[in-house]
Amino acid sequence: MTRSARVFWTGFVLHFKNLSASPFMMVTAAIWPLVYATLAFLMFRATHQAPSLLYAALGAAVMGIWSTTATSAGGAIQQQRWWGILEILVASPTRLILVLAPITTAIAGIGIYSIVSTLLWGRLLFGVPLHVEHPLLFVVSIPAAVVSIGLLGLVLASTFVVYRSASNLSQALEYPVWTITGMLIPLSLLPGWVDPIAWALAPTWGMRAVRHAAIGGDVGVPLLVCAGLSLAYAGLAAVLLHYFEHLARDRASLSLT
Amino acid sequence: MRTWLRIFFVGGAISFRALFSWIRPSIYIPTLLIGPTTQIVFFAYLGRTAHLKSDSWFVVGNAVQSASLAALFGMGFAIDGERWTQTLSAVLATPANRAALFLGRALPVLANAAVTASTGFVGGALLLGFRMPWASVPALALLLVLASFACTGLGMLVGAVGLRLRDVPILANLTMAVLLIFCGVNVPLDKLPRWMHMAAEGLPVTHAVAASREVASGASLASVRTPILVEVALGCAYLLVGFALLRLFEEQGRRHGTLDRA
Repeated sequence: MTRSARVFWTGFVLHFKNLSASPFMMVTAAIWPLVYATLAFLMFRATHQAPSLLYAALGAAVMGIWSTTATSAGGAIQQQRWWGILEILVASPTRLILVLAPITTAIAGIGIYSIVSTLLWGRLLFGVPLHVEHPLLFVVSIPAAVVSIGLLGLVLASTFVVYRSASNLSQALEYPVWTITGMLIPLSLLPGWVDPIAWALAPTWGMRAVRHAAIGGDVGVPLLVCAGLSLAYAGLAAVLLHYFEHLARDRASLSLT
Repeated sequence: MRTWLRIFFVGGAISFRALFSWIRPSIYIPTLLIGPTTQIVFFAYLGRTAHLKSDSWFVVGNAVQSASLAALFGMGFAIDGERWTQTLSAVLATPANRAALFLGRALPVLANAAVTASTGFVGGALLLGFRMPWASVPALALLLVLASFACTGLGMLVGAVGLRLRDVPILANLTMAVLLIFCGVNVPLDKLPRWMHMAAEGLPVTHAVAASREVASGASLASVRTPILVEVALGCAYLLVGFALLRLFEEQGRRHGTLDRA
C-alpha cells in the first residue's frame, strides 16, 4: 500500500511539474477557460434572468479542468509511445494503472491553474464576488472534483493502449461533457434522457459539490457520490488496462504509433 | 502561367494531404465534422440558461464561426507543418512563385473550412430543430464560402507569424478565442463593451455572421450586400498582410539562418 502510494505520488509530482512547464498545457489550463468564463459572464450579464456570475465563474473553472483532461489524458499513452518508453513501463513490475493514474490525475491537476485564473479573472475584470459559503468544504470539493475528472480521463486513456487514434475521440468529448454535467447549464434544461448519463459522470457531482460549497446547498451527498464514482472509475480503469494491455501484447501493437 | 497553376492546384492539394494533421477520418470526423455541432448545442443551451437568444441565433453564429477552426489550424499546419517535417528550407529554396505556393495551400483549406461550417447547420437542424427557407440555402452557402475565405486570410497571417513563433497551435487557439468572444457569435454585439464592438468590425466572421443570420431568416443576398463586401474586403486585407509577412519572415529567416529554428 505504502509502495503504491509512493509510486502514485512521485509520478503525480513529476508529471505535474512537467506539464506546468508546457506552454500548450498552460494555455489550455490557465487561459482557455478564461475565454469561456468571459463568454459566460458577458452572456449572463446581458440579461436579468441568468444565474449569478459566481455560478458562471465556478462552472468555467471546472470546465477548464475537463478541457485539460479531454485534450491531454487521451494522449497520455500516445505520449509514452512517442517517447519510446511505453514498452518499458508495461514491462516494469509496477502495475500499469499506478503508472498511468498519476499522469491523468496530474493532467486534471493542472486544472487548478484554471480555477485560480478564472476566479481572479472574474473578480478583477467583472467584479464577481468571491464569497464562499463553506470554505472548508470548498477546499475539500476541489481536489475531489480534480481527482474524479482525472480518473475519468484514466478510463478513457486505458482504451488507448490498443485504439491508437481514440485520443482524438476524447478531444471531441470536451463540449458534450461540459454540456451534460451541469458545469454552466442546469441539468433541468436538458432533455430527460441526459439525466442518467450525467449522474454516472463524476464531474457532475464534483461540480455540484464545488458549487454548493461556494454558493450554498448540500455538499455531503455530491461529495460522497463523486468519491464513490471515482473509486468505480479506478476499478473500471484497472480492469480495462489489464485487458487492453494483454490484447496489445498479444497483437504486438504496443509501440506502434 | 502553366507552372503557376500547377504549383497552385497540384502543390496546394499535395501539401494539404501531407500536412493537414486532421485528414485521417479518425481525427477528421470527431474534430471537424462533429465538433461544430457539439459547440452549437453547448452554446444554444447556454443561451437558454441565460435567456439570451433563440437556438437559431446560436446555430447560425457558431456554425459560421466554426469555419475559423479549420481555416486557422489548416493554414497553420500548411506552413508550420513544413518545419516539423523538416522540409521548410527545401520548399523555400525552390524558385517557385511564392503566390502560387502559398495561395495554393490556402484553397483546400478554404474549401475544408466551408464544409466544416456547413456541418454545423446539419447538426443544428438534427439536434435543435433549426429550420430556414430552402430558398436561402444557396445564399447561405455563398456566405459560408466568404466567411471561410476571410478566415483563411486570417489563417495566412497566423501561419506567417508561425515562421517566427514556435507554437502555432497556441496562436491559432488564441485567435479563435478572440473570434468566439468578439464577433457577435454568442453575445450580441450591442451587449459587448464598446471597444470590443469596435474591434469586432475589423475581424473576419463578424459580418458573415450578421449577414448569415439575416439570410437564414429569409432576407435576400442583395439586402446584405454591405456586410458581404466588408467580409470580402477583410479577407483580402488579411490575406495580403499574411502573404507580405510570409515574404518578410522568409527573407529574414534566410538572412539569419533561422527558418528551421523559430
